[in-house]
Amino acid sequence: MTAVGWFQIGVLLLAVCVAARPLGRYIARVLQGKRTLLTRIVAPVETRLYAIAGVDAKHEQSWLDYTAAMLAFSAAGFIILYALMRFQAILPINPQGFPAVAPDLSFNTAVSFVTNTNWQAYGGETTMSHLVQMAGFTVQNFLSAATGIALAAAVTRAFARNAVGTLGNFWIDLTRITLYVLLPLSIIVAIGFLISGVPQTLLGSTDATTVEGAKQTISLGPVASQEAIKQLGTNGGGFFNANAAHPFENPNAWSNMLSIWSMLLISTALTFTFGEMVGDSRQGYALLAAMGILLLAGVGAVYAAETAGNPILAHAGVDVAGGNMEGKEIRFGQALTAFYVAATTGLSCGAVNAMHDSLTPLGGLVPLFLIHLGEILPGGVGSGLYGMIVMAILAVFIAGLMVGRSPEYLGKKIEAREMKLAVLALIILPLFILGCSAIAAVLPSALAGLNNAGPHGLSEILYAYTSAAGNNGSAFAGLNANTTWYNTTLGVTMLVGRFAFIVPVMAIAGSIAAKRKLPPSSGTFPTHGGLFVGLLVGVILILGGLQYFPSLALGPIVEHFLMTAGKTF
Amino acid sequence: MLSHFRPAITMVLFFTLLTGILYPLAFTAVAQFAVPSQANGSLISRNGITVGSALIGQNFMRDGYFHGRPSAAGQKGYDASASSGSNYGPTSKMLLERVDADVEKLRKEGAAIIPADAVTASASGLDPDISPAFAGLQVERIAAARHVAAERVRKILDKHIEKPFLGFIGEPRVNVLKLNLALDANLGSGAG
Repeated sequence: MTAVGWFQIGVLLLAVCVAARPLGRYIARVLQGKRTLLTRIVAPVETRLYAIAGVDAKHEQSWLDYTAAMLAFSAAGFIILYALMRFQAILPINPQGFPAVAPDLSFNTAVSFVTNTNWQAYGGETTMSHLVQMAGFTVQNFLSAATGIALAAAVTRAFARNAVGTLGNFWIDLTRITLYVLLPLSIIVAIGFLISGVPQTLLGSTDATTVEGAKQTISLGPVASQEAIKQLGTNGGGFFNANAAHPFENPNAWSNMLSIWSMLLISTALTFTFGEMVGDSRQGYALLAAMGILLLAGVGAVYAAETAGNPILAHAGVDVAGGNMEGKEIRFGQALTAFYVAATTGLSCGAVNAMHDSLTPLGGLVPLFLIHLGEILPGGVGSGLYGMIVMAILAVFIAGLMVGRSPEYLGKKIEAREMKLAVLALIILPLFILGCSAIAAVLPSALAGLNNAGPHGLSEILYAYTSAAGNNGSAFAGLNANTTWYNTTLGVTMLVGRFAFIVPVMAIAGSIAAKRKLPPSSGTFPTHGGLFVGLLVGVILILGGLQYFPSLALGPIVEHFLMTAGKTF
Repeated sequence: MLSHFRPAITMVLFFTLLTGILYPLAFTAVAQFAVPSQANGSLISRNGITVGSALIGQNFMRDGYFHGRPSAAGQKGYDASASSGSNYGPTSKMLLERVDADVEKLRKEGAAIIPADAVTASASGLDPDISPAFAGLQVERIAAARHVAAERVRKILDKHIEKPFLGFIGEPRVNVLKLNLALDANLGSGAG
């Protein structure tokens, strides 16, 4: 670790916070239907769209109606994306002439993009046509992100409003977030990527004759426009197999900064939006502080583990001063690679600028653990915020038990119904992560997909299901996941990880919205101070730690000690 | 649920047109007009022939050229239509065997210290850069193969070391393709 490295991390964090505050307030205005800079241009489009779609702009929905609309929308997105892949061969804009995508892979990929996971069981440049990349993946990058933010808005309104039965209108939230926030931001970020060297062309590839006279086929495509929303929407599905490690997705140190900045931007901004909408900005700062503390700890752990390097290679004669460089690119440096690794999993982004499979055992444990913590640091766009709110509810409940008072959060009483639903939401993820991993670890056809033996193989399986359930999408990519077993089980896990979490959370929102907002009294536990932040951090760590520690001990932790002892597999 | 059918379909179709067709196509048109070089992959040509992309590494095997890092992209490495890392874990036997072989090769060329990037595969398999330390190791071999003084090679190398962005972001690095093109331009091409 170097001071310059930490300075880079600090500058980048500062740049995120500086931009997130005004953006958060802007998003609050957009969600509240207030006038903004873009209203003159966008409002006419909005009105016409609502008319065609049969949406009543004045109508508000109950939690159940809001959730049903969201499910219907996701289902429609899934069907269209699935069809695009299955009919790829006969559709236009397919310059490389790729054949139709197999049914299991299409299912897995369509689920993956609709749930904002963007798990890649395919190699982008060898499987998907430009049409699928643009009209399929880019679209879902926008829509799954907008869906997440809409849900976060609904949950936020539940706390902001006093004894009401409605949470807003899904169609309007979705439309406004896409038109006022995601599309304009994407255009700005795409320009940044384009200037730094990310290609934007409809050509499939170009041939070069290398200096030594060999033929090199260089894959190209409309990358910049997709890269922008992929980062902003915390989607993470790369245009290329190597994702943001590919020089065409991330050509230099400056694009790497932009890449990290844009993936952290909206989720960070939403904590400010939350504070703004509940009418007390300190509530947003408290959530952000808890996120920041845990994320920085994660960055530091990866940075330390990776710069320490691999003793097995050091023994083979490699200079350890450069740290562990297997699966890393020269141009990013260890500090911003470590930041990327932690951020992409503290978020639910899943874009990678280094191969997580080749991280040192402890360096690889961190991304795994950050996803286990629920991807709330600061989490996926929207999903991070509503995930964090569930943790906050849990934290005030535990605080209430300790002092013997009925718990409240933001003036709303937390009662048995909310707690049951919160626990239901939280129990589903470990059930699928640990359950499916356990089956895969004894199933010969699943074990055949492993790229590494020993404890690292278990880490590969565990990471796959963790990433799917957390809707992250990053991978220990050595695992050959393009098999019927993995495509199917990971697809189902992604669906469960997204929707089986959302439905109980929306039910909590519904019951919270209906409650009266109580004025704070002397017995109210303040949820904006250091004590609450500490409690929140503790609850997150204990919950994540207790559930997953045994599996981490068998994978990365035991591998760390074996590596130190010089054992290879 | 049925009442959501119409808005769901309409919205998906509308946003597919807007964000999936209009946005990327309009952006492509603007990009091709405004920054055609970047938009088409930062290609480099020499004597009218495209020799590669400034951003994408390529295979260099001959002694008279600087070599890039080991690559796991495609069968022979540096396949720019199949980017990939090795995905070897830190305790992988295959990783150790590959590193051992590369270390031995470099030792034969007289290397005392083996920089980490010289024997590790990059994440994309297409890393266009190497560290200045790894480049420095190769100067003697190149000078011998080209029958020139090592000083001349070192001078060209020094000119091609790129500093971190704004002086502190990222790492100092050397673009292998640009460096080798400069070698050919200054010392004559071919290099046995």
